[in-house]
Amino acid sequence: MDLSRLEPLDAYRWSLRGEAGRAPVVLFGDRELLTGMDDKVLEQIGNVARLPGLVGAAMTMPDAHWGYGFPIGGVAAFDAEQGGIISAGGVGFDISCGIRCLRTSVTLERLARKMKALADGLFVSIPAGLGREGHLHVDPETLDRILVGGAQWAVEHGYGSGEDLACIEDHGRADGADPAQVSAQAKARQLREMGTLGSGNHYLEVQVVDRVFDASAAAAFGIAEGDVLVSIHCGSRGLGHQIGTDYLVSLAKAAGRLGIALPDRELACAPIASPEGQAYLGAMRAGINCALANRQILAYLTRHTLRHFFPDAELPTLFDVSHNTCKAETHRVDGRERLLYVHRKGATRAFGPGHPALPDRYRPFGQPVIIGGSMGTGSYILAGCAEGEARAFSSASHGAGRQMSRSAALRRWRGRELIDDLAERGILIRTESMRGAAEEAPGAYKDVHRVAEATEGAGLARRVAFLRPKICIKG
Amino acid sequence: MGADYDYFDHDADIGVVGRGASLEQAFEAAAAAMFAIMADPAAVRPAATVRIEFDETDPELALVTWLNRLLAEARTRGLALSRFRLHRDGGRWSGEADGQPWHAGIVPGTEVKGATLTGLRVGRVGHDVEARCVVDV
Repeated sequence: MDLSRLEPLDAYRWSLRGEAGRAPVVLFGDRELLTGMDDKVLEQIGNVARLPGLVGAAMTMPDAHWGYGFPIGGVAAFDAEQGGIISAGGVGFDISCGIRCLRTSVTLERLARKMKALADGLFVSIPAGLGREGHLHVDPETLDRILVGGAQWAVEHGYGSGEDLACIEDHGRADGADPAQVSAQAKARQLREMGTLGSGNHYLEVQVVDRVFDASAAAAFGIAEGDVLVSIHCGSRGLGHQIGTDYLVSLAKAAGRLGIALPDRELACAPIASPEGQAYLGAMRAGINCALANRQILAYLTRHTLRHFFPDAELPTLFDVSHNTCKAETHRVDGRERLLYVHRKGATRAFGPGHPALPDRYRPFGQPVIIGGSMGTGSYILAGCAEGEARAFSSASHGAGRQMSRSAALRRWRGRELIDDLAERGILIRTESMRGAAEEAPGAYKDVHRVAEATEGAGLARRVAFLRPKICIKG
Repeated sequence: MGADYDYFDHDADIGVVGRGASLEQAFEAAAAAMFAIMADPAAVRPAATVRIEFDETDPELALVTWLNRLLAEARTRGLALSRFRLHRDGGRWSGEADGQPWHAGIVPGTEVKGATLTGLRVGRVGHDVEARCVVDV
């Protein structure tokens, strides 16, 4: 990215120089991270800042990269009473894609003795990749109940417990979901996909806590160095993809009809208060519930598999974050509280200490934030901090963020060689797709340590622990 | 002769390009490009056919609709697709695609979630029509 149009506010915050008709733009990240980003990131977030009803600045997180509509890592809040919009391109196709993190009582020593068998077992029990159906097939009526109930539906049907729900955003269920706004095609795609992982950058990873940065927060989150965790990264599967597909085109047409001058058609949107906006909101919330139920079912399958190898294993949920959403939240702006629709596309909600939405034991420390890294480097757990509210509507990074295109990664790496190299380093990969493995090569991603450091330096969330991968199941 | 398709770089996703003597041929090639991300077309036999019809007067939105309708049909029916035919009568489009259910002999590539409006362009380049957009993976 050409930094000549940016002014540094400090080492981790940059402002795009003002331009008539455009709201402020703030980019979070250090000089090196920003330099490595495509100029398209700046173009896309600049376009977001021209949308009606934006409150404050349009922002990108330190892991930002070129997306469609919004950049990945884009955050923007809109006020419905000020003509604010909701955008399908500001949420993404994989609605409520996110990460479920499970703590385990399995020790690293016990894991080491059964690593290979566990990797093979998880690869069989977790449906991943193209052509794999879920173990749970549902009828249309049941699916409608899932779209309203989210993870709460899954728990009510034996796929977990109330303790899980306490550690999921919004207690595992988005209010206001409207299955009637979800197309028949979207529902048909999901009937055999509940409890599936998908492919691309989705994964199930067995990890070990490699380093603790904040001992107090780590203790509150229930983790210590050497602990074994499991993280599940996936979203709303075919249903969410189809909702994104349906509304991307219909909102692009609606924007013209409603007189919204789009800087780019990919920013397809409608006023939140319009019938079109409300329809997407209802469908998108149904997509969130689908994703929350999906991760709950996958957590159940994971527990079942781990207990086959470690019968006494406890696997409570540490937290479940979504990073492709638009959520109605109350934020304090210019001294008064306002109801805002916060788009986070490839960005994680990161409520600071004291927020009433957090579980009691986490509340003094802030919301757990999970930055999922590549399969060869590792991931971070952070905690939301107070400054993040004013700086980014309580938002933080969601992953390492790509630094290389998939085509470039395919030219540089071979999947088989990569998997063998990682095995020599003690990381077991299980996947059917050698193409997918090459595209997801660790070198195709930014330095996750730098992203986490910049997230902390920018005052968005502070580092709690670094997790090293041991087993990775990919689609 | 095989479909004339190519790819262009995008940070997170993949750009597909289809070329042909007509709009319809370019769209068929773009579909071949997209489905080749998911499976080697040579490994997919034409054992089942899906049929698609839609109305769209905007050629760029027609491309996105064509690709997304194919994806939806393929996913709903659990098919890998490899051969595509498309016809147009004004704003009325009707197409077919051949493929077969996923099985162990088809090595999975990377799942495509949807065709986007990003990098979307349909137009004449030299003697050919070119149809391109970014698909989300």
